[in-house]
Amino acid sequence: MGGTWTLTKMRVRLAMRNRAFFFFSLVMPLIFLFGAVTFLGRGRKEWVGYILGAILTTTVMGSFWGLSVQLVTFREQGILRRFRLAPLGAGPMLASSILSNYFLVIPVVVFEILVCRWAFHMQSWGNLWAIFLLVTVGSATFSALGLIVASVTNTMQETQMINNLIWMGFLFLSGATIPLAIFPAWLQRVALFIPAQYLATGLESSAAKMATGYEVLEDVAALLLGLFVAFEVSRQLFRWEPEAKVPRNAKLWVLAALVPFLIFGAWESTTGNRLNRIQQNFQTLRGRAMSMPMPPAH
Amino acid sequence: MGEPVIQVENLFKSYGAVEALRGVSFAVEQGEVFGLLGPNGAGKTSTVEILEGLRTPDRGVARVCGLDPEKSGERFKEKIGAVLQSTSLPDKLRVKEALELFARFYHRRADTDKLLKRFQLDEKRNAFYSHLSGGQKQRLALAMALVNDPEVVFLDEPTAGLDPQVRREIYDIIEELKREKKTVLLTTHYIEEAERLCDRVAIVDQGRVIALGTPRELKRSSAGKTRIEVRLARPLTNGMLAGLEGVSDCREFDGTYVLHSARPPQTIVALVKQLEAEGNELQSLEMFSPSLEDVFIELTGRRLRE
Repeated sequence: MGGTWTLTKMRVRLAMRNRAFFFFSLVMPLIFLFGAVTFLGRGRKEWVGYILGAILTTTVMGSFWGLSVQLVTFREQGILRRFRLAPLGAGPMLASSILSNYFLVIPVVVFEILVCRWAFHMQSWGNLWAIFLLVTVGSATFSALGLIVASVTNTMQETQMINNLIWMGFLFLSGATIPLAIFPAWLQRVALFIPAQYLATGLESSAAKMATGYEVLEDVAALLLGLFVAFEVSRQLFRWEPEAKVPRNAKLWVLAALVPFLIFGAWESTTGNRLNRIQQNFQTLRGRAMSMPMPPAH
Repeated sequence: MGEPVIQVENLFKSYGAVEALRGVSFAVEQGEVFGLLGPNGAGKTSTVEILEGLRTPDRGVARVCGLDPEKSGERFKEKIGAVLQSTSLPDKLRVKEALELFARFYHRRADTDKLLKRFQLDEKRNAFYSHLSGGQKQRLALAMALVNDPEVVFLDEPTAGLDPQVRREIYDIIEELKREKKTVLLTTHYIEEAERLCDRVAIVDQGRVIALGTPRELKRSSAGKTRIEVRLARPLTNGMLAGLEGVSDCREFDGTYVLHSARPPQTIVALVKQLEAEGNELQSLEMFSPSLEDVFIELTGRRLRE
């Protein structure tokens, strides 16, 4: 545990010294936030809660990007092999990545909530307890998924390519950028199998509809189960050495990481509860929009 | 004499079709500085990395402090310190932070402030790793290898690529380790490094130990012959040099003729006469007292840096 904590502090310190980190973790989400409130929400404060849910989702999902890139860089530069000489296992190395990422995400999330409430006059704080729960579990889950990508790719180029593909899926099939409710029914069913959808639905419900921790328990459970499996898979696939080959059974391990979401997706697809919830969230949003006059054009 | 601190028996390791180690065996005693000397690709790094627990041998036995490096986990890592041939640290990590970070991983810790002073890094304690020179990075790597006050230190080509001044500084540090009676396994392809620092040397070539002993023993095995290196105006084709008085063998490397002679004055006189008779000219002539390089040439027919 001592090793994990020591590494966590080092990683946080390194991130704070990295200008790229500030841009991608703080500036970019804020640009998205301003853009979304201004252009999508057209300045209507009733929409801010919904937009906050989406922005928090992309912020938390960003863990996926940063960690995979950092781990591959460390491996390519031979930094990991120096750590391998110390009495440290893959577990502390990976756990410290997840923890440090969490400590770096939290201030950004708080900042985004404050900006929404104070600058964009969000109508309520949302259910902060539920938001905190989802951000905590979500950040860890997406970090662990990023660590899997880092373990099965050999170079930075490969990592970027695979990250882009997965990121696009997460972004557009989660409901964070385009409401899932406007998709055809078959695509909505596909989205039920996407990890990011659980985070987006949960955060939108808790930020815009004040959903309690209990009400987002299913989202949290899917993410939590995903976290445990993804962490174990990333531990199994972890490679310290730049020239170490990806294990032959890596594909099976990667599939194993998706099992929790396949199970939850199949379950939700059968019951239809989640699709109804997604529709309700969207209808609430539309209802609010219809009942409010458009701001006057200048 | 007790059980060796490092024991290597019949070690084999292949990377695909390339056989890096083909039955390497040696043992290192407590407090000894032991050198693995050989050209690039000889199998030195593979051997050391197996002993550090970073690689798995295909066959053979490797033990350090009585432990299997691969299977003994943290207990083993607490006992060793190492400078890897290729490694790095995060660019934005400060010198002092790097030492403290690694020290915290171990139960037994050296005083990091003392290490900074000892390795002349005190003034650079707040410098980022990326701002250090090659020599400073290597001194930091050495300091990091000692943060746990290890029983055994592995140094894989610790002076490779460094300028002579920095190299001498590193030699001083290794000599200090020697005085402290640390067991050190050092790999190098620098002759002077092996001769100056090592109590015993194993000469490694193509995955095998081809000679083993103290530098003095090894040099004695080359019968105390002086190496004479000559360059001529016109190349020779008739093997004339091998027949000169006192010459036991003669080889050509990139236009330089390397002779080994038991009677250098007579050899040189004979050489000058012969060249005059043939109308050839001596461009340069250098003499070297017997070194490990000569042992390597005798055993392999090649120079160490080829």
